[in-house]
Amino acid sequence: MDNPTNLRYSPSHEWAKLDGELVTVGVTKFAVEQLTEPTFLELPAVGKALTAGQAFGIIESVKSTSDLNSPVTGTVAERNELLLEDKAKKRAADLSLVNDDPFGSGWMVKIKLAPGATLDHLLTAAQYDAQLASEGH
Amino acid sequence: MPEAGIRERSGYHTLRGRFHVGAAPRAFQVLLTMSNLRTPLYQWHIEHKARMVPFGGWDMPVQYAGIAAEHKAVRSAAGLFDISHMARVSIGGPDALAFLEGLFTNSVASMKNDQVRYGLLCNDSGGILDDILVYRWPYGFSVVVNASNRPKILAWFAQHATGKDLEIVDQTDRTAMIAVQGPKSVELVAGMFDDDVSKLKYYYATPTLYCQQPCVVSRTGYTGEDGFEVIVSNELALSVWDELIRRGAVPCGLGARDTLRLEAAMPLYGHELSEDINPIQAGLGWAVKLDKGEFMGRAALLAASSPKSVRVGLEIEGKRAAREGSALLCADSKPAGTITSGSFCPWLDKSLAMAYVRPELASVGTPLDVDVRGSTLNATVVPLPFYKRQK
Repeated sequence: MDNPTNLRYSPSHEWAKLDGELVTVGVTKFAVEQLTEPTFLELPAVGKALTAGQAFGIIESVKSTSDLNSPVTGTVAERNELLLEDKAKKRAADLSLVNDDPFGSGWMVKIKLAPGATLDHLLTAAQYDAQLASEGH
Repeated sequence: MPEAGIRERSGYHTLRGRFHVGAAPRAFQVLLTMSNLRTPLYQWHIEHKARMVPFGGWDMPVQYAGIAAEHKAVRSAAGLFDISHMARVSIGGPDALAFLEGLFTNSVASMKNDQVRYGLLCNDSGGILDDILVYRWPYGFSVVVNASNRPKILAWFAQHATGKDLEIVDQTDRTAMIAVQGPKSVELVAGMFDDDVSKLKYYYATPTLYCQQPCVVSRTGYTGEDGFEVIVSNELALSVWDELIRRGAVPCGLGARDTLRLEAAMPLYGHELSEDINPIQAGLGWAVKLDKGEFMGRAALLAASSPKSVRVGLEIEGKRAAREGSALLCADSKPAGTITSGSFCPWLDKSLAMAYVRPELASVGTPLDVDVRGSTLNATVVPLPFYKRQK
């Protein structure tokens, strides 16, 4: 598994990356492979409070609808607007970014950590690799 | 009218749901450890990295490259499906015609030799036990039954065979069934069989030879496209499959089969069809010949009052899918019905669904709300089928 070692992971296949006080969040390559071809994404509004382990959005593929769980506790500081339809600009959502580059341009939200919140409870790449292996992948 | 076709219960739907991203495969694996049946192409599916799911008692490929790509391959060129899980049963003997005529809702006596006909098996109350295909041969009949209904229908046949001179044989385990579907199907199979199957009319079949071995080819399918379904011995299955791939057919799983049949508005047993639904509600009145004479369920269908709900097509605003089980509400928030199949459909690039709604809400253009876990999606009743191929 080529899960980047500079990221932390949730057991439900989201990744998190700390930059200063912002945590960038997306889903793992494994998640994308299991979902195949996202068709719809729902992300929370900027300013929304999120709790680690609780759903913050929805991702759909042709066959499945899945919750996205926040890896950390904090508030939404930024969303990847390219993944969302912009009706005013008549720009369609570009979910190929999630499909093709889940650890990079397919990021979903940036979360400002709540006071005292950390990433310490999240899995390291090695631990996440081990989880996938134990599930038989 | 929807095109007729072969139906099946899509068991993998039961595994779909609001699981956490990526949590599904574990559930799949737990179920795979149970002793599901395997088609003669099982090993090929595994070697080609198909994602396997339990389906109607079988381990079946749900996808190879991806549902959307496979779906588009069938609409634009040709796709290949292992449908060996469908049950194949031969019915011979002097009483075969009368036996089938007494159980099948469509007419059997009016079928020509080599003709294939879609219809229902109903119970005494007119509820749908299964939707099946009947093939008429000079020497008898065969039927293709949904995988999940195989035990039920074999028992139903046995129950009604008492005292009749019949030979009913389940051929499923010794044969495979392969569908090649799409606009390029005809040129793709050219020269493959001893007979020129491109001359087959729609819903006709012919016994023929592949590599000097007997097989059956029919001009049938469950995708809304032109195409063929081939029944061969287990020993020959891999050769037929490999040759069709060499000729350019794209292997497709049950995922694409489901989205294709949804676009073509074909009902699926366990979703649009069940023992609680009668053929009239399901929009399958064309496959019920009430004037052909007595048959199982006829009296109930004749006596039936107007249905409480009927099958409709819905187009959903936006790209979000309205999945099976979602509640429909009308403008005044009163219950309108329930979604039976719903998905984002890759070819039409729309979120589409089939549903049962109160008859007064079934007219084209009726606006309805879909409740998807608290969010409301806007839907409109649209004509069926959603997709119809150019002929």
